[in-house]
Amino acid sequence: MLKESIIMSWQNIVGNKMRSFLTILGIVIGVSAIIALITIVQGVIDEANSQFVDLGAGKITIQAYGTPLKRGLSYSEVEELSTIENVSGVTPSLSISSSIVREENLLEDVSIEGKNEVFFRESKDIISYGRGFNILDMESKNKVAVIDDDIQKTLFTGEDPLGENILINGTNYTIVGLVNEDSSSDIMSAFGSTDSNGKVFIPYTAAMNMAGVGNITALDISVSDTNFMDQVMDDVELALNKAFNYKDDSFNVINLDSMIEALETMQNMFTTMLGGIASISLLVGGIGIMNMMLVSVSERTTEIGLRKALGAEPSNIQVQFLIEAIFLSLFGGLIGVILGLWISYAVSGVIGTTFKLSTSAISLGVGFSAGIGIIFGWAPARKASLLNPIDALRSV
Amino acid sequence: MEKEILRMTNIVKTYKMGGEDQVVLKGINLTVNEGEFISILGPSGSGKSTLMNIIGCLDTPTSGEFILDGRNVSDQSEKQLSKIRSKEIGFIFQSFHLLPRLSAKKNVELPLIYAKITKQEREEIAVNTLIRVGLDDKLNHRPNQLSGGQQQRVAIARALSNNPTILLADEPTGSLDQSTGKQVMELFTELNKEGRTIIMITHDANIATYANRIVKILDGYLSEGDEGDA
Ligand SMILES: Nc1ncnc2c1ncn2[C@@H]1O[C@H](COP(=O)(O)OP(=O)(O)OP(=O)(O)O)[C@@H](O)[C@H]1O
Ligand SMILES: [Mg+2]
Repeated sequence: MLKESIIMSWQNIVGNKMRSFLTILGIVIGVSAIIALITIVQGVIDEANSQFVDLGAGKITIQAYGTPLKRGLSYSEVEELSTIENVSGVTPSLSISSSIVREENLLEDVSIEGKNEVFFRESKDIISYGRGFNILDMESKNKVAVIDDDIQKTLFTGEDPLGENILINGTNYTIVGLVNEDSSSDIMSAFGSTDSNGKVFIPYTAAMNMAGVGNITALDISVSDTNFMDQVMDDVELALNKAFNYKDDSFNVINLDSMIEALETMQNMFTTMLGGIASISLLVGGIGIMNMMLVSVSERTTEIGLRKALGAEPSNIQVQFLIEAIFLSLFGGLIGVILGLWISYAVSGVIGTTFKLSTSAISLGVGFSAGIGIIFGWAPARKASLLNPIDALRSV
Repeated sequence: MEKEILRMTNIVKTYKMGGEDQVVLKGINLTVNEGEFISILGPSGSGKSTLMNIIGCLDTPTSGEFILDGRNVSDQSEKQLSKIRSKEIGFIFQSFHLLPRLSAKKNVELPLIYAKITKQEREEIAVNTLIRVGLDDKLNHRPNQLSGGQQQRVAIARALSNNPTILLADEPTGSLDQSTGKQVMELFTELNKEGRTIIMITHDANIATYANRIVKILDGYLSEGDEGDA
């Protein structure tokens, strides 16, 4: 019985191809908009999120511009920061641009990153080959360097770079390790320019000498227990205030965890807002379905009367029209899902985020359209089932 | 003794038209026995279709008693009436009322679907009844690929498919030319000879003579007429 109803509905939809298509257009647009918006927003936020997480949750980033009299922090002040309770390490960071030389080859515009052993300890998977800096390198001011993939490819094509030397600003550095392709050193460089020809990590003391600065203006603090994040933030701010004599705007403390939270709030807000807008088009689509069903019922008055004369119960008629409405909107929903995914796939390719199939978006789209079919198909189906067969048969 | 399958006692049907009552059937008494072929003959507007709708359980009388195959129709629910239409009545209409998108076979299967017959059985019955009405080579034709007479045969096959107690026809030859109408009437006569009870409504006295009993309807009353009277 149900199977027959489905077949009959299908035949009616296919029998009126153009009209059915126009009817489901509203649903197609609504569902594809919802799917595309949710998937794209999710892709963008995920991308930003993963960058933040790469940088390390439980990390506080400090920019210490200082005052005209005291630009940045001294070594000892940085040491002091690392003694704050629940702080597991402090990484000064300094980024300069320089050219590097290997034998006869010169490579310009390389980003030179000054780091310490804490950086490599805290960013666990950053080393893909060889090793990072250790405490010995730092204490004995070893001239060691860690290079990234780009440098490896341009200067050491097909060679093992470990133990080889490169010349940076007139000083020889021995390569001890290789970092992952997509490792970002800190929040600033993650969002900063990426048009350098590669990245070389050297001990930050050497980098400071190279840059000719005596103070540290940027550093990351790793927090061992993120439950005490607020406490650590307060302590860090207190220490910095002391160092800079409570001068306004002398430093900036950024907590990554709170940024991730803000990002999530933003995502929810976007999804709700865009979903709301797309729902309006779904509503319009639903009204379209209702209209088509009402037309269909009045067009098929005779058919309904005939079916009743042949023994159909009112519920048979109602189910048949309801199935037709659900079919129509589900069909629209399905096309909408495919179209929406295709759009978000194309858009993610253009804006460079990773495309991820969102099952929740798909089930939302399918569920929504089925629901619309039921809600907006109900009244026409009921109307059909209540038609008086005599009036219905007389209408020819 | 023949079995009585239909008995109407004092059936009245009133339509309300703009506050005024129009009494179309004023007290119909009719008894039909199994195996009869009966014509109800009357002029246009005399209430033939109204009577047929009541016999076919598509409509209920305003008053009076209607017993169909031992059941009092007036106290059946909507759902039970659907069942009666499905099992007891085979409708044949003047304008055929075939579904244009379905093949002859599918059209004949329609009542069987509502009678919840399995697909395999349905197809078997549909093919057999179409063979019975002489359309063995038109099983998969659509209505618009058939002549009027052939369409009416499909409709007759559809009416027969559920093996109903009564074959109920309203002006079955009204849309057909004379010779095709004659063929359809011959089919009716054959079916009646096989034992089928047929109630046929017509305003055409010539067509009415195919039946073995004629009743006339006029001004809301029935009167038994004899064949020679038409
Ligand atoms: N639903 C209705 N409401 C009001 N009046 C109706 C209704 N149905 C039928 N009538 C009236 O009842 C009378 C009989 O109608 P009916 O259709 O039974 O006639 P008929 O004998 O079948 O005529 P014909 O040979 O033209 O088909 C007519 O006067 C008609 O106007
Ligand atoms: Mg009539």
